[in-house]
Amino acid sequence: MKILVAVKRVIDYNVQIRVKPDNSGVEKDNVKMSMNPPDENAVEEAIKLKDSGEVTEVVIVSIGQEKCQDTIRTALAMGADRGILVKAGDDIEPLAVAKTLKNIVEKEKPNMVLLGKQAIDDYCNQTGQMLSAILNWPQGCFVSELGINDSAITISREIDEGLEQLEIQLPAVVTCDLRLNEPRFASLPNIMKAKKKPIEIIEIESLGVDTIPKVKYLKVEEPPVRQGGVMVADVKELIQKLKYEAKVI
Amino acid sequence: MSVLVVAEHNNVSLKSSTLNTIQAASQIDKDIHLLVCGFQNDEVVNQASTLEGVNKILQLNDEIIQHQLAEHVSQVIINLSKNYSHILAPSSTFGKNFMPRAAAILDHSQISDISGVISPDTFIRPIYAGNAIATVQSLDPVKFITVRTTSFEPVEIVGGSASIEKISLNLEGIATKFLDRKEAKSERPELGSARVVISGGRGLENGDNFKLLNEIADKLNAAIGASRAAVDAGYIGNECQVGQTGKMVAPELYIAVGISGAIQHLAGMKESKIIVAINKDEEAPIFGIADYGLKADLFQALPEISKELDLLNDIAK
Ligand SMILES: Cc1cc2nc3c(=O)[nH]c(=O)nc-3n(C[C@H](O)[C@H](O)[C@H](O)COP(=O)(O)OP(=O)(O)OC[C@H]3O[C@@H](n4cnc5c(N)ncnc54)[C@H](O)[C@@H]3O)c2cc1C
Ligand SMILES: Nc1ncnc2c1ncn2[C@@H]1O[C@H](COP(=O)(O)O)[C@@H](O)[C@H]1O
Repeated sequence: MKILVAVKRVIDYNVQIRVKPDNSGVEKDNVKMSMNPPDENAVEEAIKLKDSGEVTEVVIVSIGQEKCQDTIRTALAMGADRGILVKAGDDIEPLAVAKTLKNIVEKEKPNMVLLGKQAIDDYCNQTGQMLSAILNWPQGCFVSELGINDSAITISREIDEGLEQLEIQLPAVVTCDLRLNEPRFASLPNIMKAKKKPIEIIEIESLGVDTIPKVKYLKVEEPPVRQGGVMVADVKELIQKLKYEAKVI
Repeated sequence: MSVLVVAEHNNVSLKSSTLNTIQAASQIDKDIHLLVCGFQNDEVVNQASTLEGVNKILQLNDEIIQHQLAEHVSQVIINLSKNYSHILAPSSTFGKNFMPRAAAILDHSQISDISGVISPDTFIRPIYAGNAIATVQSLDPVKFITVRTTSFEPVEIVGGSASIEKISLNLEGIATKFLDRKEAKSERPELGSARVVISGGRGLENGDNFKLLNEIADKLNAAIGASRAAVDAGYIGNECQVGQTGKMVAPELYIAVGISGAIQHLAGMKESKIIVAINKDEEAPIFGIADYGLKADLFQALPEISKELDLLNDIAK
């Protein structure tokens, strides 16, 4: 069994976001970039399945600029086998990403594609669902538990009301929640080994994918800042303020 | 053209997220239709028929779509899409599950989590966990949209009188079997729409200590929330998580107890009207956005709060 994992290079989740003065986007120059957090869970899950013998090969794919190779290397250092970089512009939207991934799926023929549930930059939460749709494969989204047998997976997915369990026939697309597992840190020897693992580079133009955006970002602005208020001395004062000043209790 | 809103419900009752979504739809076009798809969903259709602003309800009542799996709901939407300029659903785990799917099948993009409507093709949406606000324009003929419910007031549940049209479709079988749904049962208000929310973090130390919050929640008719750290540690269920990867809340009063205030948590609650923070560390970032901060040990403060609320109630009597 083979698994394809899609990883996105994003601004590190610890970085304080700065909006560009001309409102064209957020500042990405000289900013720390990392793998999108739930994508690490996707990589971890694939490698766990490989460790347990259910899976024979884990292929990592990232779409974006040359630098996405760093993100792919991180996944290879965690234990994935090889990588594919599809070189494309920076702000490629989920539908185009999904179409690109479909191309790679048709070539690689994996039994399952794992993605993160949401990218923390564009905040879309779309790509996995879209890929599943255009492949006409079933989807399992926001997954926090995954069990596998030859031809199907059993998943637990996080929903607003609690959890939902589904049995899904393979091939399928799965999007991962942060609670799916605890991503491993790559050891130094594995980081060294990862440098020798192959990364295939494909130009997006060669795939014939339409990348013209259908959603135009007109401007990006700072959110209104919320001012801090006051410190109260004790519980009595807090209750008085809530009752007579804020009038919320 | 008209706007189609996909109702969120559990075949028994309509979820309040639907009311906020209809409000967003009303800022786009006045001819609003509501899709209620599910099984034995007459009661939901009944509730929906008086909603302010809804002209027509499309009811699909079919056992195959009882669990409203994404593969099915998206098929229904695609079948109806030619009659609509916009299709909206709440950006809950319900809406996020099928809306991108429906859009992609029609080779359309989707606009996630809008917090404002500028014009029928231009919307506001938070990106980077709300640390930046984007204005986006859709170039697609049909706009597939999910709505950040906390950014729109709910419509009234009375005053409207929608016509009801029953629809039927030949839905294809799918390669997915529904096994189970574990819904946390609670007598408390829904987290996403409660007037008061009291949330606990890692500072609570264990699940048992959440009873300290429950006691206060009972007195304030509040919903219980939690930080990711508290959920990850197993103190409480995932349905209670507030934040970037949990629920968005914007109550009149949000009380954060033993929560440090990581940006991912703030992303889910910083639109609340009044924020109270209780933390023993005066450096905790949560104090930076709290209207009222109390530096205290929560194990002392919570029982005291409970007592003070009793006193208030006594006075009121
Ligand atoms: C991609 C991503 C997404 C995330 N999404 C979310 C999300 O949706 N929601 C979310 O909440 N987090 C999210 N997080 C996690 C977030 O970064 C923080 O780790 C988390 O919010 C911390 O939870 P906490 O405040 O309960 O714990 P801590 O940061 O450990 O804080 C505990 C606080 O309790 C205080 N405390 C301890 N004991 C007491 C006491 N006796 N009395 C009073 N105060 C006390 C401490 O001073 C401390 O400030 C996400 C992280 C990532 C990377
Ligand atoms: N450019 C990209 N390259 C590889 N994977 C991506 C890319 N964009 C999105 N993804 C995957 O799709 C998931 C959801 O992204 P999004 O729909 O943008 O929120 C991410 O967690 C990634 O797994």
